[in-house]
Amino acid sequence: MDLHFEMGLDALRQKLLRMASYAETAVNRAVAALVQRDYQQALNVKDDDRLIDQLEVEIDELVIHLLTKAPLATDLRLVTVAMKIAQNLERIGDEASKIAKRAGDLAQEPPLKFQVDLPRLAGLALEMLKLSLDAFVQKDSVAARALIPRDRQVDALNKEIHRVLVQHMAEDPQSVGRCLHLMVISKSLERIADHATNVAEDVVYLCEAQDIRHTGAKGPLLGN
Amino acid sequence: MPEISLPTTMLTNVKAAPAARAVPLITIENLALYYGATKALKNISLTLSERVVTAFIGPSGCGKSTLLRCLNRMNDLIDNVRIEGSVKIGGHDIYGPDVDVIELRKRVGMVFQKSNPFPKSIFENVAYGLRLHGMRDKSSLEASVEESLRGAALWDEVKDRLHASALGLSGGQQQRLCIARAIAIKPEIILMDEPASALDPIATARVEELILELKENFTIVIVTHNMQQAARISDQTAFFYLGELVEYDATTKIFTNPARKQTEDYVTGRFG
Repeated sequence: MDLHFEMGLDALRQKLLRMASYAETAVNRAVAALVQRDYQQALNVKDDDRLIDQLEVEIDELVIHLLTKAPLATDLRLVTVAMKIAQNLERIGDEASKIAKRAGDLAQEPPLKFQVDLPRLAGLALEMLKLSLDAFVQKDSVAARALIPRDRQVDALNKEIHRVLVQHMAEDPQSVGRCLHLMVISKSLERIADHATNVAEDVVYLCEAQDIRHTGAKGPLLGN
Repeated sequence: MPEISLPTTMLTNVKAAPAARAVPLITIENLALYYGATKALKNISLTLSERVVTAFIGPSGCGKSTLLRCLNRMNDLIDNVRIEGSVKIGGHDIYGPDVDVIELRKRVGMVFQKSNPFPKSIFENVAYGLRLHGMRDKSSLEASVEESLRGAALWDEVKDRLHASALGLSGGQQQRLCIARAIAIKPEIILMDEPASALDPIATARVEELILELKENFTIVIVTHNMQQAARISDQTAFFYLGELVEYDATTKIFTNPARKQTEDYVTGRFG
């Protein structure tokens, strides 16, 4: 076995884990900034995103280097999946930045007089993200498969929030700007759940060499 | 979820899986080969399909070249070799008592690791086998030589010097000349024993490209130590270890998700 290749694979795993950790932190911070109306916390998310972007570039470089060694079997699956997971994590970082930006704007405006269930949506998206990353770390395709159907719940809740916000905007034109911020945040949380689903599908491919994308593997909508 | 479809793996899209139209051509059943008291092949059973490239892989001494040579009875030339089991081509046992070995080797051509052109002209190298099999007419010979050289992707490089010595060709050209010589007598099967191992990357790429073209008309069995080469050119791959067939499956499967740990360890370079 090429020792340098083995070291390269280890470095790839470590970088992915670091990137996953930053992505999770960024989303947590962005949601906390929203819930606590904390402008300063929202600004910090930008720093997380820069680190995530930098790691994506480093992972891509490492993947290209490892591909020149023509890996096969599990090595091939790890290298190709790493590139895709890194791309999903980078987009999760972008969504966290978007949430933080909107949360920062909202923190500087008076609170709305009504509530939407964004904390629950954030909880669902964050849990999916955590479960997908745990499945990657543990190489647990059963756990990865199990979390995929949850995306339906997230989609349904995002739709419901969207509907409620549209209704409020119609009733109270003064709230349109703030409602639009919430709509964007809701959509970003829904996208984070999508990226978590992608990561879970990649984990299944990594562990089982089964491509379950676009196969209806999400299953039926689960109860709330 | 985004609905953009991404390629499954690098390997999946390289070539179509042959399984749907696979027609069995070579059937090896319970084949054992002994060098004296040493059992070099241990009860191999394997079916190879028509117009498919099958790669034999495995560490040195695993029996892959020995098995390859069983397919045209080249092992007959080695003292002390004893064979049990059967090898059938098109349903006929090639070790049967009525088999004409010369005829068999006409049906099953071979290309070796080191190119071995005759010390004759390029034209004569290809015409030699044709004459041996009874072709005398000059224009027929010329047409067949041209067809074979074209088939081996060599014609354009040698058409102006057909009567120059074959030994003046480069290593890669010599190997393609040997392939032209093999296909001139229109075999059904071509056996290749590490045909590109002595070639530079450009000559290797030409030979590999040629193999992919030849499989339109021939069944090809290739022994290679180069995993990436097997991945690039073969449809099916058989992995051997210590004289045993460990795993035989579609190449894509073997190189992305082998069923046996031994195969996984070998193809990822973690063997032993």
